[in-house]
Amino acid sequence: MTFEPKIVGILCNWCSYTGADLAGTARIKYAPNVRVVRVMCSGRVDPTFVLKAFAEGADGVLVAGCHPGDCHYIEGNYKTMRRMALFKKMLADYGIEPGRFRLEWVSASEGDRWAKVVNQITEEVRKLGPAKLRAPRRKKIPA
Amino acid sequence: MAKLKLASYWAAACGGCDVAILDTHEKILDIAAAADIVFWPIATDFKYADVEAMPDGHIDVTLFHGAVRNSENEHLAHLLRAKSKVLVAFGTCAHLGGIPGLANLFDRKAIFKRVYHDTQSTVNPDGVEPQTKTQMPEGELTLPEFYDTVMPLDHLVEVDYYVPGCPPTPKQIWAVVQAIVSGQLPPKGSVVGASEKTQCDECKLKKNEKKITSFKRIATAQPEHETCYLEQGFLCLGPVTRGGCDTRCQLSGVACRGCYGPPPGVLDQGAKAVSAIASVIEAKDEAEIGRILAEIPDALRSLNRFGIPASLLRRKTL
Repeated sequence: MTFEPKIVGILCNWCSYTGADLAGTARIKYAPNVRVVRVMCSGRVDPTFVLKAFAEGADGVLVAGCHPGDCHYIEGNYKTMRRMALFKKMLADYGIEPGRFRLEWVSASEGDRWAKVVNQITEEVRKLGPAKLRAPRRKKIPA
Repeated sequence: MAKLKLASYWAAACGGCDVAILDTHEKILDIAAAADIVFWPIATDFKYADVEAMPDGHIDVTLFHGAVRNSENEHLAHLLRAKSKVLVAFGTCAHLGGIPGLANLFDRKAIFKRVYHDTQSTVNPDGVEPQTKTQMPEGELTLPEFYDTVMPLDHLVEVDYYVPGCPPTPKQIWAVVQAIVSGQLPPKGSVVGASEKTQCDECKLKKNEKKITSFKRIATAQPEHETCYLEQGFLCLGPVTRGGCDTRCQLSGVACRGCYGPPPGVLDQGAKAVSAIASVIEAKDEAEIGRILAEIPDALRSLNRFGIPASLLRRKTL
């Protein structure tokens, strides 16, 4: 049985989610491994979301937003750029292979680019194998 | 009123929490008046066997400090939970893993190799390492099993209260003792002896707009003591750290390192630190961002110095 990666995708509403939607309406065939969560802006993505995804069993995480300069909220994706750059260093310190986490810019018209990105990350994570980072939460959110 | 039966135990600890209890100075006499110490390895001669002989729930309050990183620590965590009415994770190590938690970036094999073989001053031609069981003519000697992973107390047992701080401040220790004696405690599972807000809320340094263009280190640059350290480019974790310590570090000329742990509602202090600090960097292109971030030498260790075991991923992959 080939390993089917479980990848969580966090997509911004205005560009990347719309682009992913376009891939759907255009009936483009691509890997089904990314589970999409929609946020209003990639600048909303807290590194906590990514770590929680890994801790709850994700093998890979993909964050997608508008191209720099095209953010619907003007500057949100610059924050994303800066946050994810520092966050990637933290992920490396945790021993997580760089191929498991990606930040991509996908515009609303780039349905085929979305499909390509999903296929790429799926194959890369498939090669890396299961992440095995699941860590049971033993206490509730700190009071 | 009957005296409270009090215990204080150190697991994978440095002793600083016990020193902090003594640092309540003359108030230690008030503590002694209110409580009977039934177990305190650093200061009294009670043995593990004395604790094992107690009926369950015999101890009113146990202050458990230090993280859990070997089988002896684990045994005492379970034992003291059974024998205590109230178990307090006292200090950052018991609360979050603390400095010993940095060992979660390695494993037992790597640690033993460094400690028993590779350190420059070690002479160990026979490659001797501690064993859990060793046969001697007199009988079998045992040592605790050293685990790969350091854990905070609540990964093993139910914890009633958390007192953060490396160590908790004497002022807060006294406040917690008073709360225990008067019976005025918040719901079980709460953090006590600390504020519900971040360091920035109590910090008296002048705050302007944060636009970091480069990161500095206390070792190589002189901070200006009237202005927010983060603004000046020093890695201050104040924005992502619970308050309650009177910002003693900031008042002493160094940036906050985050020992009081995450503020209420935050799941992973390191992740929040990434978010908060990267957000205020002044750069819009990848190359400039990369250049500025290269000045943070050690992302995980700088941004989650005290809480790796309590973080979402708990440790570096084995």
